Amino acid sequence: MSTATVEELTEVAAPEPFWSRQRRLGLALVLIGLLAAAVFGSLAPSEDARFTLSEDAEGAALSINGQFGAVLFGLLALAAGGAMLAGLARRRSNVLLSLGILAFVLSFLCWQVAGNFMPLVDTTEGTLQLALPLILGALAGVLGERSGVVNVAIEGQFLMGAFAGALVGTMATSVWVGLISAALGGVIIAAILAVLSIRYLVDQTVVGMVLNLFALGITGFLYERLMQPDAQTYNTPPQMPEWRIPALADIPVVGPVLFQANLLVWVALALVVVIHFGLSRTRWGLRTRAVGEHPTAADTVGIRVRGLRYLNVLLGGVVAGIGGAYFTLVATGNFTKNMTAGAGFIALAALIFGRYTPFGALGAALFFGFAQKLATYLSAIESPVPSQFLNMLPYLATLIAVAGLVGRVRAPAADGVPYIKG
Amino acid sequence: MTAETNTEAPKKPAPADQESFLSVFTRNLWSSNNVLITTLSIVLAVVIGAVLIVVSDADVLAKFGYFTARPSDALTASWTLISEAYADLLKGAFGDPAVFQAWFNGTATWQEAFAPLSETLTYAAPLVFTGLSVALAFRGGLFNIGAQGQAVLGCIVAAVAGFTFGLPIVLNLIVALLAGIVGGALWGFVPGLLKARTGAHEVITTIMLNYTAALFLSWLVIQKGVQAPGRTDAISKSVAESAQLPSPGGILRVHLGILIAVLVTFGVAWLLKRSAFGFEIRAVGANPHAAQTAGISVGKTYVLLMAVAGGLAGLGGATQVLGTAYALTPAVAGNIGFDGLLVALLGRNRPWGTFFAALLFGALRAGGNRIQSYAGISLELVTVLQALIVIFIAAPAVVKAIFRLRAARNTAAGVSLAKG
Repeated sequence: MSTATVEELTEVAAPEPFWSRQRRLGLALVLIGLLAAAVFGSLAPSEDARFTLSEDAEGAALSINGQFGAVLFGLLALAAGGAMLAGLARRRSNVLLSLGILAFVLSFLCWQVAGNFMPLVDTTEGTLQLALPLILGALAGVLGERSGVVNVAIEGQFLMGAFAGALVGTMATSVWVGLISAALGGVIIAAILAVLSIRYLVDQTVVGMVLNLFALGITGFLYERLMQPDAQTYNTPPQMPEWRIPALADIPVVGPVLFQANLLVWVALALVVVIHFGLSRTRWGLRTRAVGEHPTAADTVGIRVRGLRYLNVLLGGVVAGIGGAYFTLVATGNFTKNMTAGAGFIALAALIFGRYTPFGALGAALFFGFAQKLATYLSAIESPVPSQFLNMLPYLATLIAVAGLVGRVRAPAADGVPYIKG
Repeated sequence: MTAETNTEAPKKPAPADQESFLSVFTRNLWSSNNVLITTLSIVLAVVIGAVLIVVSDADVLAKFGYFTARPSDALTASWTLISEAYADLLKGAFGDPAVFQAWFNGTATWQEAFAPLSETLTYAAPLVFTGLSVALAFRGGLFNIGAQGQAVLGCIVAAVAGFTFGLPIVLNLIVALLAGIVGGALWGFVPGLLKARTGAHEVITTIMLNYTAALFLSWLVIQKGVQAPGRTDAISKSVAESAQLPSPGGILRVHLGILIAVLVTFGVAWLLKRSAFGFEIRAVGANPHAAQTAGISVGKTYVLLMAVAGGLAGLGGATQVLGTAYALTPAVAGNIGFDGLLVALLGRNRPWGTFFAALLFGALRAGGNRIQSYAGISLELVTVLQALIVIFIAAPAVVKAIFRLRAARNTAAGVSLAKG
């Protein structure tokens, strides 16, 4: 949040060069808009692209001619870019940018879906489900990094959470016990990370990476020793039930996605709000940000820097562990070796792409979840666009974001720097 | 990186006036010097590994159920389990005495006797390169998590060169190896450039590039012209025989890669110690601001360093595909990049330290295979051991606390201060 204000101030103060950030982005949008209108438009068959509101091809649907839609939305993206290039709506350039990117995505969809159909409920639900662990993982990152502890061990926390959830959940035959154990699994990794980086001042990235390998090894080892030989006793966790809120669940598209869901959906969305509120409005949040930006100053006014960092990293472990529970207690019915397969790193990407803020992380996680869902959809309709490239999207988007091509992402100033009192 | 791992500890304690060498030696033997810390880290990891083996064995656990009645049952069973597992580890890594015996008696071939050592060296070779890649970058103050992606690119380019060009023998191999280096160097150059030009943190950019490379590989292997003809699964054509690293053949899989690894380790050691570029790397690693002031272009050093580190990792990938795998699969690079990270940390970012750490990891891996097939204990035990060793190495203060080591005189004084 503070980042935006600083940027606006500097923009007012300094005389801008002609190729300002807005103009460069505008130019980029014009180019991809042209690409969409010309390439997607010419490739798209002139058939209807149907976005159905129900689960299948039947029923009510939003329908548009694929070729027309691809060209139309391509031109819209171009127009948004042109507006930015012309220097219109300078204060609202982010809105224009989002509109432009949205139009580009829609143009792409019109091309792909033309002559076919895309069930909106399924797509939205899939997006949210795929985004769930990413949201939780990124929130765990927010907690740690805003107080100055880099957490690249989200992947390890996921794995431990998924494993502990499956193991204890099965043994106790209770999904709730499983969920609590998953949180504890995440806390174990978080605790090692915290002790080694805060107390023993080991480089946080190094510890994080080593912990990822440790978690991979230990869960893989115990999986092959315990779960594989006797899956019945150790690896058939009960699944999280889906709850339905009567009236609200009948709203089209949004209803079945948000109000007929498992607990984790609500937990994740609630945590976004809670952590955002906590960080910006509470004493804990102010202190966390102070410790993350300038620990010495925070210490001077009597904040316990290390204590707060311990607390936040451990809380992050709880959140990431619950994110791990998603893999075994919601998505699949059992644990398998290395089942998170890099999701922790996509969560890290979402954290950075979301500029270290809860709502930013939510948006980024949803965007990445959508990219993944789209990848599976496209391979299901045998699209010529390879799914691997769509799966690369989160990583490439983050690469572009940190390289400052689309507004520089700024990490908390003391992120990754151990605090030595003295 | 912490000051700890970069601190060049003096090889010998400075002898005090009146003290004999022996008394100084014994006093420093049980102190926090690097050798002792490394040894104790390995011991600790092995002990924890033993505990894991026992607690994950249902039969032995059952015996612990009546521990108070007959403790000997549980203890004997645990001891048998652990000792057999670790004996298998050693046999798998260095050779089985029984087979050596058989060889002397003429009932086994020398190949069978040396097969375990060959396995160790086979697994170690790529790790030397990826380890050196990470270690070199560390010395320049960069944390190259991207060795994995760079190795993947090395695999890809080396393999494609290996089955495309069809050059004469020797030349084909050299071209394929160079191609691997170039592939890795490109993948290292990008984060280096981003770091120098925009300040983007190399940890984040290289993590992203790792996964991009992996996805690219999984796409590439199923493309026409790359995928092996007549196959529907994700595997590429095999590299031409002339592009494969020469190997004794048979059950001895060891190949020329390990010798190249020795040469490259020499090269990296020379680069760091003797060359102007090596001096710049160390200067920038020690203090980029001071280096800048002294007239070293920090940005240029970063870019070049990442390209060189990427090239090393790419060479690791090339040895993997030209020496053992011979064809691309989505998992052809295995975990060599991330293992290289551990290897570099274990070797304290010194070229020869990294080399021997890679040998140790190769031995663990070769032994792990034997544990898996003989004792039926998961190969993942090795991953746990490796991670634990490195955790203890990275946090020497933990080891010191456990074993109550004194700070070594004249060696680690600065370290204990820095560790708080």
